[in-house]
Amino acid sequence: MLILAIDTSAVASAALVSDDALEGVVASFSTEDTRSHAEVLAPGIQDLLAEAGVTGQDIDAIVTGVGPGPFTGLRSGIATARTLAFVWDKPLYGLMSLDAVALEVAESTDAAAEFLVVTDARRKEVYWARYSLADGQLPRLEDGPHVSFAADLPDLPAYGAGAGLYSDVLRADPDFAKEQPDALYLGQFALARLAAGGKLLDSTPLYLRESDAQVPGPRKRAL
Amino acid sequence: MNTPQPLVLGIESSCDETGVGIVRGTTLLTNTVSSSMDEHVRFGGVIPEIASRAHLDAFVPTLRQALSDAGVTLEDVDAIAVTSGPGLAGALMVGVCAAKALAVATGKPLYAINHLVAHVGVGLLDGKHDDGAAAAVVAGPGRGGPLPDHLGALLVSGGHTEILEINSITSDVQLLGSTIDDAAGEAYDKVARILGLGYPGGPAIDKLARTGNPKAIRFPRGLTQPKYMGTAEEPGKHRYDWSFSGLKTAVARCVEQFEARGEDLPVADIAAAFQEAVVDVITSKAVLACVEHGIKDVLLGGGVAANSRLRELTAKRCASAGITLHVPPLDLCTDNGAMVAALGAQLVMAGIGPSGIRFAPDSSMPVTAVSLPA
Ligand SMILES: [Zn+2]
Repeated sequence: MLILAIDTSAVASAALVSDDALEGVVASFSTEDTRSHAEVLAPGIQDLLAEAGVTGQDIDAIVTGVGPGPFTGLRSGIATARTLAFVWDKPLYGLMSLDAVALEVAESTDAAAEFLVVTDARRKEVYWARYSLADGQLPRLEDGPHVSFAADLPDLPAYGAGAGLYSDVLRADPDFAKEQPDALYLGQFALARLAAGGKLLDSTPLYLRESDAQVPGPRKRAL
Repeated sequence: MNTPQPLVLGIESSCDETGVGIVRGTTLLTNTVSSSMDEHVRFGGVIPEIASRAHLDAFVPTLRQALSDAGVTLEDVDAIAVTSGPGLAGALMVGVCAAKALAVATGKPLYAINHLVAHVGVGLLDGKHDDGAAAAVVAGPGRGGPLPDHLGALLVSGGHTEILEINSITSDVQLLGSTIDDAAGEAYDKVARILGLGYPGGPAIDKLARTGNPKAIRFPRGLTQPKYMGTAEEPGKHRYDWSFSGLKTAVARCVEQFEARGEDLPVADIAAAFQEAVVDVITSKAVLACVEHGIKDVLLGGGVAANSRLRELTAKRCASAGITLHVPPLDLCTDNGAMVAALGAQLVMAGIGPSGIRFAPDSSMPVTAVSLPA
């Protein structure tokens, strides 16, 4: 099974993953920048396909990170994934973006049995979720995702760029202090879950916050 | 690429309409639009984040509908065109990302197109101007025929108010004047809110104004003082520009004075006087700009082109100045994908190269950039 995975919940990234390939990875790319998704994502995917010698028809499914993440960036990836899936007529799945970091943590040597994944939600807040780990299993989402102030999170080891940003109030793992959700891990997570007969989400974005719109109050009268 | 009758698919997402249009050369095949207007009603204006969320969900269904209505497949398409600006940044981003994905998935060339110039481009579709212009009685012999190369365009909507000079729709467009603050449509929305008339303000005020006396109150015409106007030889800084924020404040103050005196609000008179102030200053400056630039044909575009008084006064003043007025049908005046496709087709036919897939949307894209270079 060949999956094209896309995530723009923080940085822009895409990956081709396959259960036939070594470590599951065919090709991948990611940026460090969190604000240029609209420019870099499509060329990145085009190069990825060319590099792997793959066309849309070779792909079995498309997986997109559905956040949480800053809205405009997040939509870039979902709009891209939905359009590709429509044109190529392929199944489209969503995966919670923090799962990508959780899988990376699970694959590291010193993973705690229970931990948080934390990313930057801007406006002095973080997106976070709590996971548990059991041997030989995918990380299990116990709680979340949520958006909160870093100081209000459970007292657990915390992984991801949001933890690094608020290391004064979180038990941030220094090796993961800059880690962002990456399509590579998201794709691997999707492959593993599908192989285990598990279900994925649809591509509905997890905004977690309402739009900032305020219904205007009645106009003040002069008297 | 230099295809005589290119099949072009156009995508629009700069404000609250998700549009996909398909044209073949200058023939319109479909104009499919999904609007999030209803979701903005309780806020009294377009909320960018709500519009952006709606674009994301509307895009694929609108695309599917457009292809089916036009009876074409993506395979048949020669080029894709998308609005890359000006407009709301987050809203533009959705259409641009979708268009790029479409280009990657199909291998078709992509044109990044200026939204304002696209409003003019729609007038180049066969038989797609004049026929909706009930008030544009001045339409001359060339009715419905091709527009001249040298053309003025008066664009009035909730997002913009501009007068453009077009020497060539594909390569030479200049901005003669624009609003320096609110767009005219925005002023309508704000004043409608002050008067308790609901959203969108344009149709509500237009309807009520018909029963009011426009001369009952005199509201200010922004940027018309001599220091802003100057003379034809030595134009002032804002000779062809508009400002509507002072007008909105004047209406609010007027309402407060009636209330302070405990008098009933003459809502219809205020609506009529406000509308007269907007339409008077828009048309007088637009016609002045055209006369001083030797422009003999003007296209009226944008959602406010639906306004009965604007059409009436524009037609009258153009006629007195010897200018022929062209008005596309209303569904092509409001934001839509057909106008983007129409301009895209003009670019293809002129042999202008596509933009590639590396460009960034530009919320303040100048009209001098008809499309972005690769
Ligand atoms: Zn417009």
